[in-house]
Amino acid sequence: MAEQTKSKWNGFSLRPRKEMPEGLWMRCPKCEHMLYRSAVEKNLNVCPECSHHFRIEAATRINYLVDEGSFQETLPDMTTHDPLGFKFRGTTYKQRLKADEKKSGATEAMRIGKAFIMGRGIILAVMEPNFLMGSMGCVVGEKLCAAVDMAAEQKLPLVVVSCSGGARMHEGVVSLAQMAKTSAAVARFGQAGGLFISVLTDPTTGGVTASFAMLGDCTIAEPGALIGFAGPRTIAETIKVELPEGFQTAEFMLEHGFVDMIVHRKNLRNEIARLIDYCQT
Amino acid sequence: MPDGHNNINSGDHLEFEEKIADLDRQMGELRKLSSTKGIDYSAEIRKLRQKQVAELKRIYSNLAAWQTVQVARHPKRPILSDYLNLMVKDFRELHGDKCHGDDRAIVTGLGHIGREKVLVVGQNKGRNTKEKVTCNFGCPNPEGYRKALAKMKFAEKFKIPVVTLIDTPGAHPGIGAEERGQAQAIAANLARMSLLRVPIVCVVIGEGGSGGALGIGVGDRLAVLEFAYYSVISPEGCAAILWRDGSQAPAAAEALKLTARHLLKLELIDAVIPEPLGGAHRNIHDTVYNVEKYIVRTLRDLKRTKIENLLENRYRKLRLIGSSPTEKLRRRTQAGRERIKAAVEAVTSKTKKIPAKV
Ligand SMILES: [Zn+2]
Repeated sequence: MAEQTKSKWNGFSLRPRKEMPEGLWMRCPKCEHMLYRSAVEKNLNVCPECSHHFRIEAATRINYLVDEGSFQETLPDMTTHDPLGFKFRGTTYKQRLKADEKKSGATEAMRIGKAFIMGRGIILAVMEPNFLMGSMGCVVGEKLCAAVDMAAEQKLPLVVVSCSGGARMHEGVVSLAQMAKTSAAVARFGQAGGLFISVLTDPTTGGVTASFAMLGDCTIAEPGALIGFAGPRTIAETIKVELPEGFQTAEFMLEHGFVDMIVHRKNLRNEIARLIDYCQT
Repeated sequence: MPDGHNNINSGDHLEFEEKIADLDRQMGELRKLSSTKGIDYSAEIRKLRQKQVAELKRIYSNLAAWQTVQVARHPKRPILSDYLNLMVKDFRELHGDKCHGDDRAIVTGLGHIGREKVLVVGQNKGRNTKEKVTCNFGCPNPEGYRKALAKMKFAEKFKIPVVTLIDTPGAHPGIGAEERGQAQAIAANLARMSLLRVPIVCVVIGEGGSGGALGIGVGDRLAVLEFAYYSVISPEGCAAILWRDGSQAPAAAEALKLTARHLLKLELIDAVIPEPLGGAHRNIHDTVYNVEKYIVRTLRDLKRTKIENLLENRYRKLRLIGSSPTEKLRRRTQAGRERIKAAVEAVTSKTKKIPAKV
C-alpha cells in the first residue's frame, strides 16, 4: 500500500525527477516498460510505448523546437543579485545557486533569444527545470520582460515554453512582484497587437501559471503535463481528500477550458508555425 | 470602548506579551477591589498603566518578523468589515462575478472614503466562526478574483478610483478552485490591473499571502500597515520546504523579510501606515483612521496625475522591481536627467509646467 501511494505521488512531485538515470536502459515511469535510451532520445524524449513526455532541459527543448542552429541567445549570463541576502539551514541562496549551476550547467531558470521555427522568426523564452525547479526569481522576470520587449521592437511573435515550480521563495516579495511585472509586460504587448503563444510543459505551477503562462493568446500544453496553481500536495494536505485521477493534468486543463490545444512534442513545431501563419497575414 | 480602545481579554495576549498580560491582571484585580471594597486605587492603576505603556513601546518597537506575523493574524485585529463600517460611507455592495458565483472572501462595492468616491475591493476573513466559514477564512476562489475584475472594469468605465484592502493567508487551494482556473483568474487580474485607467491604491491590512494577495494588489501605490506582512509564501510553508521543518517558521519569517519595514527598505512598497501602540487590535478606530488618512491623501495625489502618466509610472515601477541595482541606478539617473532637461526647457521656453517627480 505504502509502495503504491509513493509511486502515485511520484507522478505529481515537483522535484526534478530522476527519469534519465545513466545507462543504456531506462524504465518509463508511466507504462513501466524497459526502454532503450537512444530510442527514447531519438523519439524526442517521448516514450515510444505510451507517449509519456519526459522532462527535458532548456537546451534540448530549444534543439527540438527551432530550426537547427538558429537560436541566438540574449542575456545568457544574467544572474541574480540575491536581493534579500537569503540564508537558510546553515547555507545561503548564493551557494544553492552555485550548486545548481554546477549540476545543471545552466546559469538561470530561463533562456531567451531570437530563433526561427520552420523559417518563421520568433522570440523564444524557455524555462530550465533543472535550475532551482525552474522557479521565477528576478532574473526570470527580467529575461521574460526583455523577451517581450524584443518581440515588440522586432514585431515578432513571442513563444514562451514554461516549466516551473512557481515563485522563487529565496527572493521573497521580489519574486512575487515578478508575477505582476511579467503579466504587465505581456498585457502591454498584447495591447500593441503582439502574438504570444504560451506552451505549458510538465510541470507548470504556482506563480508562473498565475502570471504570464496563462496569458497567452493561444495556450498549448504537452500531453500529461502537470498544470495548476497550488501544488497537488498542498491541496491534498489542506482539504484532506483524495485527489481525482488525472487532476491538474494538461487534459484536465483542456476539459475545464484553460488550454487551447494539447500537442504532442513531435508536432509542436508544426502547430506553432501554423498558428503564426494564421495570425500574421 | 471609550476612545476607541479595543477590549483585550486575558486570552488575547500573544506569547511575547507575558508582562503586558501580567499588568492587565494586576490592574483588573485592583479595579475589582476598588469596586467591591470601595477603596480608591486609581493612582496605583495609573502607575501600572504607565508601566504597561512603556512595556508595549519597548516590545512593539522591536518586533521580530515572526512576532509581526502573529500580530497580523491576531483574532481581534480589524478586518475588512471594520474598515467598511468605520471608513466607507454609504457603502453599496456589488455582488457576484456574473459567471459562477459570489465569493464571500472578496467583497466589492461603491462608497466614499473621505470625500472621495471609490470602488472598494477587499478580502474578508470574518469575525466569528460562522462568518469565517462563509468567507472561507479569507481565502478567495477564482470567482472572487473575477468578481473583483468585473467591478474594476465597471469602475474604470465611470472613472471611479479603486481602493483594495488586502488580508488573506492566500488564494484557496482546492479542487474546485483548480477546476475553475485559480491561476488564470489571478493572472488575468495582474494583467488587467496594470492597464486599468483609474488610480488604484492597495493597502495590506493584515496578511498579504502570496499570489492570493497580489491578485488584487497591482496598482499605483502599495502600502502595508506597520504590523501586517506581505510574503511570497507563508513562513510555515517556506520552513517546511527549505528547512524541511515547519516549526522553523520564525527563522523563515526573518529570512523572507516580510515585514513592512523590511519591504520599505527594499523599495518593494511605497509606504508603511503606522499602527497604534501595541498593534491594530488594541485600537481599531485609530488604525482605521490612519488607513483612511493615507488613502485620502494618496488618492488626491494620484488624481492630479494624467492617466497616461499614471499608467506609465505604474508600469515603470513594476519593471524596476528585481532589475539589478546598477540597472536601477542607470534608469534613475536617466529619469533624473530627463526631468532636469524638461525643467530647463520649460524655463527657457517660459511655459510654467515643470514635470512632477516620477
Ligand atoms: Zn511509457
